[in-house]
Amino acid sequence: MTDSKTGYASRPPHPLAEPPESFPYAPSREDPTLAAIAKTHDLWIDGEWRKPRRGRFPTLNPATGEELSRIALAGPADVDRAVRAARRALPAWADLPGVERARRLFAVARILQERSREFAVLETLDNGKPIRESRDVDVPLAAAHFFYYAGWADKLEYALPGGRKPEPRGVCGQIIPWNFPLLMAAWKLAPALACGNTVVLKPAETSSLSALRLVEVLEQAGIPKGVVNVVTGPGEVGAALVRHEGLDKLAFTGSTEVGKTIQAALAGRPVSLTLELGGKGAHIIFEDAPLSQAVEGIVQGIFFNQGQVCCAGSRLFVQEGILDEVMDRLRSRLATLRLGDPLDKNTDLGAIHSLPQWEKIRSYLEIGKEEGAELWQAPAEIPSRGWWCPPSLFSNVTPSMRIAREEIFGPVLAILGFRTPEEALAKANDSLYGLSAGIWTDKGSKIFEMARGLRAGVVWANCYNRFDPASPFGGYKESGFGREGGLHGLLPYLRT
Amino acid sequence: MSATRASKNVAPPSLEEEVFPPFPGRGVDQVGLEERAASLRTRSWKRETKTAALERAISMTDLTTLEGADTPERVRRLCRRALGPAPGLPLPPVAAVCVYPALVETAVATLQGSPVAVASVASGFPSGQLPLRIRLSDTRAAVEAGADEIDVVISRNAFLRGDLSRVEDEVAAFKEAAGGAQLKVILETGELGTFDRIARAAWIACRAGADFIKTSTGKVRINATPATALCMLEIARDFERETGRAVGVKVAGGIRTARDAIHYLAILHETLGPGALTNRRFRFGASSLLDDLCRQWRKQKTGRYQAPEDIPSD
Amino acid sequence: METKDPREERTMTERRDGVHKTYKLFLGGAFPRSESGRHLTVTPASKTAASAQVCRASRKDLRNAVEAAGKAFPGWAAAKAMLRGQILYRMAEMCDARRAEFVELERRFQGARKDQAERDLDHAIQVLLWHAGWADKLAQVLGSVNPVSGPWFNFSIPEPSGVVAILPPERPGLLPLLAMLAPVLVSGNTAVSLSSGRAGPSALTLAEVAATSDLPLGVWNALTGDRKELLPHFATHRGFAANFCATDDPEEVRELRTEAADHVKRERFLPASPASFWRSRKVRDLEWIRSFTEIKTAWHPIGL
Repeated sequence: MTDSKTGYASRPPHPLAEPPESFPYAPSREDPTLAAIAKTHDLWIDGEWRKPRRGRFPTLNPATGEELSRIALAGPADVDRAVRAARRALPAWADLPGVERARRLFAVARILQERSREFAVLETLDNGKPIRESRDVDVPLAAAHFFYYAGWADKLEYALPGGRKPEPRGVCGQIIPWNFPLLMAAWKLAPALACGNTVVLKPAETSSLSALRLVEVLEQAGIPKGVVNVVTGPGEVGAALVRHEGLDKLAFTGSTEVGKTIQAALAGRPVSLTLELGGKGAHIIFEDAPLSQAVEGIVQGIFFNQGQVCCAGSRLFVQEGILDEVMDRLRSRLATLRLGDPLDKNTDLGAIHSLPQWEKIRSYLEIGKEEGAELWQAPAEIPSRGWWCPPSLFSNVTPSMRIAREEIFGPVLAILGFRTPEEALAKANDSLYGLSAGIWTDKGSKIFEMARGLRAGVVWANCYNRFDPASPFGGYKESGFGREGGLHGLLPYLRT
Repeated sequence: MSATRASKNVAPPSLEEEVFPPFPGRGVDQVGLEERAASLRTRSWKRETKTAALERAISMTDLTTLEGADTPERVRRLCRRALGPAPGLPLPPVAAVCVYPALVETAVATLQGSPVAVASVASGFPSGQLPLRIRLSDTRAAVEAGADEIDVVISRNAFLRGDLSRVEDEVAAFKEAAGGAQLKVILETGELGTFDRIARAAWIACRAGADFIKTSTGKVRINATPATALCMLEIARDFERETGRAVGVKVAGGIRTARDAIHYLAILHETLGPGALTNRRFRFGASSLLDDLCRQWRKQKTGRYQAPEDIPSD
Repeated sequence: METKDPREERTMTERRDGVHKTYKLFLGGAFPRSESGRHLTVTPASKTAASAQVCRASRKDLRNAVEAAGKAFPGWAAAKAMLRGQILYRMAEMCDARRAEFVELERRFQGARKDQAERDLDHAIQVLLWHAGWADKLAQVLGSVNPVSGPWFNFSIPEPSGVVAILPPERPGLLPLLAMLAPVLVSGNTAVSLSSGRAGPSALTLAEVAATSDLPLGVWNALTGDRKELLPHFATHRGFAANFCATDDPEEVRELRTEAADHVKRERFLPASPASFWRSRKVRDLEWIRSFTEIKTAWHPIGL
C-alpha cells in the first residue's frame, strides 16, 4: 500500500495521510457535584434520620483518597432500634394488598431512573468504579430489579408450586458488600419488600452513600416508615445485626469467610439464611471459540469492576493449541484499556475500592510471583493518588497455586492450559467455590455438555458477567446458597 | 484452524502459507460482536479530539456519486467539493472521489495535481452479474482512464453457491487488472447473511490481494453497520498478524452523521490502534456525510450549532 | 385341606428357630461388616421376640461411606431423570414384595401393631412412588426460562447438591428413612444415612431392597450405629454437601449447623416425633426435594 505502487505517485501526499502517533480522547469528566454529597450522614431508622450515638467515620473516594463524607457508626442500641422498627412495621406492610406494594416498588424503579445520573456519579465517587459501568450497569440494573420484583408483589401465589400460600418471612437483616453498593441493595430490598418483609439493611462500611441516598427514593415512593431501616458501620454492626434475636431471616453477600461465621452464629436459632459468597470462576476457551469475542469476554470477565466481582472469571483455562495466541491477543487488547479517573466517561478501569483491598491484591501479586507464575501487567499510567492496579495476567500457573485457588477480588487473571474438555471440566470443578463459569466454543452441543458438567450456579456460554433481574444468581458449594433474581429470588423471602 | 500458527511453531512456513494463510475458520459471535461495536459508541470525544476526529473523518471520505443521472458537470462539482469541503473553512481535502468508469476522465482532469485520488467502481457494479471477461475489461478501462483506485464487487453468485475459490481467483484477477491502482474489494455484506460469512469473504479478499476490503455498494437494503466494520477490522488485524500485510477497510452506505462517523473511528482506533487513523487504512464511502462533518467541525470551532444551510451542500 | 404347621401360626416375632439373619452395613453397594468389628444389640419390643445384632459403624465406616457416595455422585446426578424415577419405582415394588418382612420388623423392634405397621408400609411405599414420579418433572416445576433483556437464551434448572447426610429418627423404623431418602435421591444426590437403635434392621432390609432395585453402587450408603458417637463426625465431614436431619434435640441441630458453616452445607431439619408427623401428608413435600438442589442458570447468546 505504498504510494509508489499506486497511480497517485504523481499526486502530492494528502495532508492527513500520516497517522497520528497517539489519539488520546480528551478528558470527558462527569461533574462530581451532581452527586451533591452531604458532609455527614445519619442512620435511617423508623422513617427518620437519627444521629448516631457513637459518632461518625469517614468514607473515602478511592480514586483520590479524599474524604467524601462522614458516615454514622451504629451501635448495638441503634441496631436494636432498627430491628424493632422493622418488627413494628411488619404487619401493616405484609398485610398491604400486593398491588399496593407493587405500586410503590414501581415508583422506586421510576425514581431511580429519573435520578440515574446522580446515582451513577455518587456510586463512582464512593466506590471507584468507572462512570461507564455505574451509568450503564449498576444504576439501570438496580432500577430494573425494582421493576421486576414490583410485578411479583401481587402475584406471589403463582411463585410457589402446589398452591402453597405465600407468606413473608418477617424481619430480614440484609448485609451487602462494597463492590456494587446500590445494585446489591436493590437485589436485597426488591424481593424482600415485594414479598411483604421488612428490612434492616447494613451496607459495607466503605460504600454506604448510595444505600443512604436510596432511602430518599424509597420515601419518595411511599415505602412506609420502618419498612426499610439502614444501619451503617463496620463489620461489628453487621455482627450485632446477626446476633439480634428479632430477625426471621438473614441475607448476606460477601466473603466466604464471613459467610461461614454468620452461618455458625445462627446455628442455634430459627433464622432462615441465604449466602452469596466468594468465587473463583472458571472461564474456559476452546480452540473453536469465536476468538475475538472470547477475548472481549475474558476482559469483561476479569476486568469488569476492576475484577472486584464475586463471579469474576478469574481462572482462565485455554485449550493448549491456542494458548499462545490467546495470550498474545489478550496482551494487545489490555494495552488499549484505559485506567484512570473513574469519573471520565472513557475510563475502562477505575480505582481499587479501598486500601485493604489494594493491599490484598498486591500481596497476591507477590504470592503469584513467589509461586513461580509469570506476571505481565498492561502498561498503564498509575495516578499519583488513590489505589490502582493495572490489568494483570499470570501465566505458567499450575492448579495448585494459591493464585489459582483463592479469590483475589482484583484485576488479576490466572491463566492455565488444558487439552481435552474432560480435563477442562475436572480442573474447573476442582474448587471449593461454585459460583460462576464461562465457556467459549462455536459448537452448541459442546456448550451444553460443558454447562451440564460445571458445578456452578451461573454458566455463561459465549458471554460473561451478564446480569438480569429475571435471571437467578447464586452459588454451589462454598459460594453459598439461595438465589437472587428471577422467580427463584423470591423463595428466600417467602416461608417454605 | 490454527494450522498456520501450529506450523510456525514447528517448521519455517512455506512461501505459500506465508502469502496465502488459510482462513482461520473461527466463528464470529454476533451478539458479542454487536455488543462490542455498540459499546464503543459511548466513547466520548471532546474538544480538540473531536475536531481532530472530524478532520480525520473528512480526510478518509471517498466522496461518492454513483447514479445513472451523473453528468460531467455534477462530477466536476463534486471534485471541487472534494478539494475544499466547505468554502472558507481550513478543512483537509477528502481522500478520493468515487464515480462510475464513464466519468473517471472528468474526475481525473479536475483533480489533476491534487492530493485527492480518483476512484471508480469497475466490475459490473453493483451486482457483479456480468461475465468475468467484461468485469475485467471494465476494470482495465477505468485504470486506463486514470483511476487511482478501483472498487470491485465480489461475485456473490459464486460466494453464495459455495465456490469460494472462484471468488478468490476473480479478486486476484481484478488485482492484476488494476495494475498499480489500489484495489478495494466490496463484499456486499448485506447479501452474505452472517458474520461468519462476512469474515470468510473478507479473509479471502485479503488473501487474494485486496488493498482495502469494503462493506457495501450502497445499492442494497443493508449497508455498513458498526458491527460489520468491527468484524472486517478484526479480520484485517488478524490478517496483518498472520502475514504482516496491512489491509484497509472501507465502510459505505447509509453513513450520514458525524456521530456515526466518529463511532466508526472509535471502532477503528480501538481495534487497530492510532496508527490506523489514516486514509491509507480506513475510508468512508459517502456523499451527504461530508455536510454533517463540516457542520459539526464548525460547531466545534464556533461553539454554535449550525443551521443546515450554513454548509453549502453539493 | 392342607394341614398347617403349627409353627406357621406363630408370627416371626415369636420365632427363635428360624435362620438367623445378620445385618451388616451397606457401603458402595456391598454389605460389609463394620471395619471396627463392633456391634450393637437391638432389643426386641417384646420379651418373647428375638433380639438382633447390627453393626456399630465407626468413623472409618463413615469415611468409606462418604467416599462411596462421592464416587457415585457424578454418575447418579447425570443419570437420565426417568431412569432415576424408575429405580425408585422399582424400590417401591421391592418394598411391597418384602411386605411381610418389613411389617415383621416394625412389630418386632418397634412394637407396632400389625395393622399400624401395614399402614406405615403402605404409606412408605406411596411416598416412594410419589417421589419416583418427580424425577422427570423437577426441572419443569423447579426450573424456568428467564426472559432477560437482551439477545440471550437464559434458563435455570435444578441440579443435585452432592452427598447428603441423612439422619432419620429411630421410630417408626422404615417410613421416616424412606421419606427422607427419596427426596434426596430423586434429584440425583447420593446419600449416607445413619439409622440408630431399633431402626437398624429396617434400614438394612431397605438396603437389600435398594441392592436389588438397580440403584447404582454407592448412591445410598446405610450405616447403623450409635448416633451420639457418629453425629459429630457427620457434622464435621467436609464430604457432605448437605444435612437432612430429623431430631427433637436442639443440641443436635446446633452441633450440625455450627459445623455446617465450615463447608457452607445446605441444611434441612425435621421433627423426629410424633410418629403422626411421618404418617401425615407432610412427608410429601416438594420443598424437601428443593432443599437439596442447586439452581444452575445458563446464558447463551441468540444470534447468527
